[in-house]
Amino acid sequence: MPVNETLSQYSDWSYTTAVAVYVLAMIFFLVEQSFGRQGRQAAARTKQASRELVGAGGPATTAVTGDVPQGPSRPGHRTKAERMGRTGVALTVLAVALHLAAILLRGFATSRVPWGNMYEYIMVICFVTVVTWLVVMRKSPVRHLSAFVLLPMVILMFVGGTMLYAVAAPVQPALQSYWLIIHVAAAAASSGVFLVPGVASILWLIKARNEKNPAKFAKFGPRLPALDVLDRIAYRTTVFAFPVFTFGVLCGAVWAEAAWGRFWGWDPKETVAFIAWVIYAAYLHSRATAGWRGTRAAVINVVGFVATVFNLFFVNLVTTGLHSYAGVG
Amino acid sequence: MTSTTSPARENGGGYRQTPARKALAFLRNTWRGLTSMRTALVLLFLLALAALPGALLPQRSLNEPKTLEYIEARGWWGQLLDRLQFFDVYGSVWFSAIYLLLMVSLVGCLMPRTRDYIRSMRTKPVLTPRNLARLPHHASAETDVDADEVLAAAKRRLRGWRVAEREEKNGARSLSAERGYLRETGNLVFHFGMLGLIVAFALGKMYSYEGQVIVVEGDPFCNSGIYAYDSFNPGLRVDGTELSPFCVRVNDFTATYIDNGQPLAYEADIEYQSADDLAGDVWHPYHLAVNDPLRTQGDRLYLLGHGYAPTFTVTYPDGTERTGTIQWKPVDERTMLSEGATKFERPDTTDPEAQRENQLAITGLFAPTAAMQGNILTSSFPSLNEPMVAVDIMRGDLGMDSGRGQSIFEIDQSMVDNGRLEKVARENIAVGEQITIDDGTKIRFDGVRQWVSLQVSHDPTQGWVLGFAIAMFAGLGASLFIKRRRLWVRVTPATSGEDERRTVVEVGGLARTDQAGYGEEFTRIAEDLLRRDRKAH
Repeated sequence: MPVNETLSQYSDWSYTTAVAVYVLAMIFFLVEQSFGRQGRQAAARTKQASRELVGAGGPATTAVTGDVPQGPSRPGHRTKAERMGRTGVALTVLAVALHLAAILLRGFATSRVPWGNMYEYIMVICFVTVVTWLVVMRKSPVRHLSAFVLLPMVILMFVGGTMLYAVAAPVQPALQSYWLIIHVAAAAASSGVFLVPGVASILWLIKARNEKNPAKFAKFGPRLPALDVLDRIAYRTTVFAFPVFTFGVLCGAVWAEAAWGRFWGWDPKETVAFIAWVIYAAYLHSRATAGWRGTRAAVINVVGFVATVFNLFFVNLVTTGLHSYAGVG
Repeated sequence: MTSTTSPARENGGGYRQTPARKALAFLRNTWRGLTSMRTALVLLFLLALAALPGALLPQRSLNEPKTLEYIEARGWWGQLLDRLQFFDVYGSVWFSAIYLLLMVSLVGCLMPRTRDYIRSMRTKPVLTPRNLARLPHHASAETDVDADEVLAAAKRRLRGWRVAEREEKNGARSLSAERGYLRETGNLVFHFGMLGLIVAFALGKMYSYEGQVIVVEGDPFCNSGIYAYDSFNPGLRVDGTELSPFCVRVNDFTATYIDNGQPLAYEADIEYQSADDLAGDVWHPYHLAVNDPLRTQGDRLYLLGHGYAPTFTVTYPDGTERTGTIQWKPVDERTMLSEGATKFERPDTTDPEAQRENQLAITGLFAPTAAMQGNILTSSFPSLNEPMVAVDIMRGDLGMDSGRGQSIFEIDQSMVDNGRLEKVARENIAVGEQITIDDGTKIRFDGVRQWVSLQVSHDPTQGWVLGFAIAMFAGLGASLFIKRRRLWVRVTPATSGEDERRTVVEVGGLARTDQAGYGEEFTRIAEDLLRRDRKAH
C-alpha cells in the first residue's frame, strides 16, 4: 500500500488552515460573548427560550421547541454582537469543511480509514466535537458560548498537529482489521461528543456559583445561559455519547478477543475506558437521585471528561500497554 | 445512618425493643442503606477509583518481571503496596469487596423494580386528572361531532398506546393512554444483562486457561498438557489434565515490512488436526495471522510474535557433531536484533565430571541484517538479508545440574563469576563461517530458522459474556431513548350554547421522564384529535 504524498500534503495544509479558521471563529464568538450589554442580552434570550422550552404550567400552551425567537432583534436589525456571532458560525462551518477535507485526504493518501494513529484520532475527535456543537447550537440558543467549546478543541488540534504529528503511513498488522473502522470510530465519536457536556457542565458550575453568590464570577456569570439550558445540553449530549461509547468498548472487547486472545485483560486503556464508563453511568444515575442532581451531577460529568482526556493522553503516551499505537517517537 | 431508637420508643410508647426486633431493624436498615441509589452511586465511584491503580501501576497479571522490578526499585514502599495487593488490583480483596457490594446493591434495587414492573404491566393507565389544563402539555377544542365518535377516533389514533376508557361523574368520558413501557423493560434488561455478564465473566475466570509456547518453523506442537507450554495460566478450576487435544505444525512464517522496517503483515501457514483427526493422519491447512486466530474445538490459537533461531553445529575434536537450534529473543522489535544462548553438552565422554566441566554455550547477539558500528554488531533491518552473529563461546559448567531453573535465553552469570564457566573465544561470524577454539573444537554458524510465539486460549463462557453484553447494549438503548409518556383525552357534552349538540374535547399530556422532546409528538397527536374542530381554543 503506497502512500500518496501529494494527498497527504494537501491534508496537512487543510488541517493547518482549519485550525487557523477555528481560531478566527473563536475570536468572533468571544467578541459576541464579551461585549457587555450584548452578551447579557444573549444570556437573557436563552433564559427566555429556556422558559418556553420547559413550558412549566403555562396554561393552554403547547411548548414549542426549535423556533426560538431571537430576542429583540428582527432580521435586518441585528446587533453588532449578533453579527459577530453569525460570522463566527459561518467561519466555523468553513473550518469544519476544511477539517473534513483534511480527514478524507488523509484517508485517500493512506488507502485506509484515517484514524490509525494518535494525530489522526485527535483530528477525528475534534471534528466530531465541532459537528456536535453545531447541532447543539441549532437546538439551543447558546451560540455566544461557542468559544468555550472551540478553545479546548483548538488546543487539542494544536497539540495533535505539533507534538503528536505522524507521517501518513500504513498501520501495523495488529490494526489491520475491519474492527479498526468500527471500534476506533465509535471511540472517537463518543470522546468527541463527551467534550461538549464536559464544557457545559463546567459552565453550569460557574453559573451555579454565581447564582449562589453574585460576587463570584460577577462579570461572567450573568452572561451564561440559565442553569437548566446548560444541564439539558450536558444531559442530551451525554445520553447520545454514552451508548456510542458502550458500543465502542464492546467492539473493542470483540476485537481484543480476535487479536490478543482475550476479550478483556485490564490493559491500561481498557481499565481507563471502564473507569470512564462507570463515571458516566454514575452521572446518568445521579440525575435520577435526590440530592445528587445539579452540582454533583455536573461535577461527575466533568470528572468523566477528565477520565476521557486522561485516557487519550496519559494512557497512550505514558503507560505501556497493548494500545500503544500513538505513532509518536 | 438511620438510628433504630427514638425518644418515643425509649419511653415505652407501645413498642418493645426486644433484641430480635433490634437485630431485624438493623438488618432492614442495612439492606435499605445498601440498596439505595445513593449507596450505589458511592460504590460506583469507589469501583472507578479502585480500578485506577491498575492503570497506573504495573500489574502481575500483565507483566510479572516488570512488576517485580518495580517493587524492588521502590523498597519498603513497594513492599507495602504489594502487601496491599496494588499489583493484583483486579483480584484484590478490596476490589472484589466493592464489586460484590455493588452486585448486592444491584440485586436489591432490581427486585422491587421488577416487582413494580410486572405490576405496572397489568394495571390500567392512571385516572384522568381533573384539570387537564394544568398539565405541561394541553390543548382543547369544541366540536359538533358526537362524543362516541370522538373517542373512537382517538382510540384509532392512539394505536400502540395502552388505553383505558372511563366514565366520569358529570357525564364526561375520558381516555387514559400510556406508552413507552419498553423504557423500563430496557432498563431491567440492561441491569440483568450486566449481572449475567459479571457472573459469566467470573465463571470464565474459573474455567479458562491460556498457554504460550514458542514453536520453531517446521516443528509440531500438541495441546496435550501443561508441560507442552513455555508458560501456562490456568483458571482456578483448571488443573491442566483435561485440555482438549489438538496438534499444529508450523510450516512457514512470513513477515513483510515496508522500507523503513515497519511491519506490514505477519502470517504463518500451519496445519492442524483436532478431535477425530488425531487418530489418523489428516491435517487441515490454515492461514494463521494477527487478527485471524484458528478456532477449533472451543480453543483458539493465536499468532502473537516471532523471532529467529540460529543453528550452530559443534564439531568436537574426535569428529562427533552436534547441531542445536534454539530461539533467541528479540531485543529490538524494529530491527529484530536478538540475543540468546545455545547450549551444548559434551557428547564424547561418559564421565559425568568431564561432561559437566566441558559444556559449551554460544551466547551473544544475532542480527538478521548485519550492520557494523565499528566492532559492534547491530541490525539495520528486521528481515533476513544478511544474518550474522556476534558470539562469546563459553566453556565449563553451565550450572544446568545445579537444580536452579535457568533461562533458555542466557547463561547463568553466577557460574561465570565463580570461575567455573569461562570465555574461550569472541568473534563475529556470518552464515557458513566457523570458529575454532583452543582444543580444536569447531563451531559453525549454519543458518537461521524462524520461530513463532503461539498462544492457546480456552474460555468456555465468552459466548455468554458476548450475549449478555449485547443484551445490555440493547437494553441501554431502549432505556435511554424511549420516553415514557401519558396522554389523556376527555370529552364533555357542552352545556351552554345554542341548540346544537356540541362536545368539548380536551387533551393533556405528561412525559414521565425527560420532558424535552414530547412536545412535538403531543402537538401532532393533539392536532389529529382536534382536527375536525373549527373553533380551537
